[in-house]
Amino acid sequence: MKSFVAERGVVAPMDRANVDTDLIIPKQFLKSIRRSGFGPHLFDDLRYLDEGQPGQDCSKRPVNPDFPLNQPRYQGASILLARENFGCGSSREHAPWALEDHGFRCIIAPSFADIFYNNCFKNGILPIVLDEHVVDTLFRELYANEGYELTVDLEEQQVTTPNGDIYSFEVDEFRRHCLLKGLDDIGLTLEDADAIRAYELGSRERSPWLFDVIR
Amino acid sequence: MSGQTLYDKLWQSHLVRQRDDGSALIYIDRHLIHEVTSPQAFEGLRMAGRKPWRLDANLAVPDHNVPTERVERSGGVAAIADPVSRLQVQTLDDNCRDFDIVEFEINDVRQGIVHVVGPEQGATLPGMTVVCGDSHTSTHGALGALAHGIGTSEVEHVLATQCLIQQKMKNMLVRIDGRLQPGVLAKDVVLAVIGEIGTAGGSGYAIEFGGEVVRNMSMEGRMTMCNMSIEAGARMGMVAVDDTTLEYVKGRPYAPRGAMWERAEQAWRELRSDDHAHFDRVVVLRGEDIKPQVTWGTSPEMVLPIDGCLPDPANIENATERAAVERALHYMGLQAGMPITAIRPDRVFIGSCTNSRIEDLRAAAAVVRGKRVAASLKQALVVPGSGQVKKQAEAEGLDKVFIEAGMEWREPGCSMCLAMNADKLGQGEHCASTSNRNFEGRQGFGGRTHLVSPAMAAAAAIAGHFVDVRDW
Ligand code: SF4
Repeated sequence: MKSFVAERGVVAPMDRANVDTDLIIPKQFLKSIRRSGFGPHLFDDLRYLDEGQPGQDCSKRPVNPDFPLNQPRYQGASILLARENFGCGSSREHAPWALEDHGFRCIIAPSFADIFYNNCFKNGILPIVLDEHVVDTLFRELYANEGYELTVDLEEQQVTTPNGDIYSFEVDEFRRHCLLKGLDDIGLTLEDADAIRAYELGSRERSPWLFDVIR
Repeated sequence: MSGQTLYDKLWQSHLVRQRDDGSALIYIDRHLIHEVTSPQAFEGLRMAGRKPWRLDANLAVPDHNVPTERVERSGGVAAIADPVSRLQVQTLDDNCRDFDIVEFEINDVRQGIVHVVGPEQGATLPGMTVVCGDSHTSTHGALGALAHGIGTSEVEHVLATQCLIQQKMKNMLVRIDGRLQPGVLAKDVVLAVIGEIGTAGGSGYAIEFGGEVVRNMSMEGRMTMCNMSIEAGARMGMVAVDDTTLEYVKGRPYAPRGAMWERAEQAWRELRSDDHAHFDRVVVLRGEDIKPQVTWGTSPEMVLPIDGCLPDPANIENATERAAVERALHYMGLQAGMPITAIRPDRVFIGSCTNSRIEDLRAAAAVVRGKRVAASLKQALVVPGSGQVKKQAEAEGLDKVFIEAGMEWREPGCSMCLAMNADKLGQGEHCASTSNRNFEGRQGFGGRTHLVSPAMAAAAAIAGHFVDVRDW
């Protein structure tokens, strides 16, 4: 897994509540059996004026000029500023894959949907929860200043604005540790193989109907 | 000392290891697999040279991409017209063969939507931890199981270790007291709950549905409610085990039998929250107050009773909320203040893991029997949730009722719920749909979804606009 320690980058706005995973990456792109290449289709329905198809050349498509990611001032953004319940809907990991592929390393919002939040950490993306009024302030500053950048530090658990305001954020210790080190959590879990086998023995005693049924 | 909730019990009994940092290793009893979220996980296993930890915990079935038209379907995987869909279904077959995982293939009579198939086959049982790379895995919680969706990285993690690293959720009780009015179904109840707590209301919680209404509900109804827990923001929803659960499970192909059944039943009877269990949040609704529900906007919380009128952004103070309502009205092509009953669907979809079980089809058939769909309708699709549901419905003659009413009777799959196959809405079309998500573009690019119960969808198909099925 990719590690995340700190990031300083341009911020792009996604100024609406309840952004769902269908909006982040529409279903026709879920037919891919690969993990990469979703970036050009991030927010496809909002970004382009036509309906996207998997495998097409997006450079020839009509773009929606009103959509922030199409505007010059947000090019190269690596931090996405969003509203509440970001990432609601399906469990598709294609959503963080598309965000990551497009270049986003960090998403800041007042709240995230549970599955999406979890999926971000598996893909080297840091989702940060900040208070709603802090997010409001950041949106205001972002709109007022072209080239607005934030600095995010996972070690210190802080977001720093260009004028030096510092906002602290919470993140649970295990996820922080894995993300900082870029750890493969399957490998970590397999270190507990003996505990898993011991659990299975006990479970087989207690609830034998759970084993050897689907063959 | 306060007692344990159902969720606490399920969590406790699957705890392999509690780590000091607050995370826990949780054992997974059943892993369901479908074609969309698994290919990258199998690829990950291959690349790391890993093998599945325990084969008999896994069951696979293709559902999202499969065609539902008989002609295309009858040719099996090779006949899927869309080459990208075909490759995905083929990849599932190949992976299951390579890794030796049991799969109900495309034309197996046991095939169907993964969340219909699991309970129907007894592959998901009370007291289990159940996961699948699909957010509507919450459905299986209706059996008294701890069931939730996971991403593809976690699919790989479960395949490789039979465990997941989890943080414990908070407990929420959603209690529906009293009785439902005739014509009001489980779908209306869960939509009303979402209307009450919002699509983020359950975030961070495991929801338990209880109260007299849920106790009197069939398993199909409970599955409909747990299915949509995710639309209320909760990864999981569950219902305590009772006689209804046990009767449903008994005799299913993978359910325990004989002496083993006796033992299991005894254990399963404990699967309910203790009398003094502590819930971090309790939400109470009165069954009598719940009317048939229709969503008007682009989020499941944008829902109103059938006699309601659309909101007017001019009356909304909060700016983010006002913008959301404005955007939704614009996307849906609807006017502020108009009555729900004035909305005219172009298509009707009865199906999905929310409402494609036999009871749902019976409820819809009862409404359309002997009638014809409105001339204004472009299409009315009925898509059974599984091959077994289809067989049962045909044995009861429900297929004929639908066909005689001018509806299409299809092969099982996800179909127009998310439009990954050929079944989709055209741009700007309105759909009365029994599925679970009304997001922009969900049922087709520019499509406009209204979530309703199967009875309400059927009534709208006949009337040509939304009507109160209580007056039917
Ligand atoms: S029916 Fe719809 S919600 Fe259910 S699994 Fe299929 S696509 Fe997902």
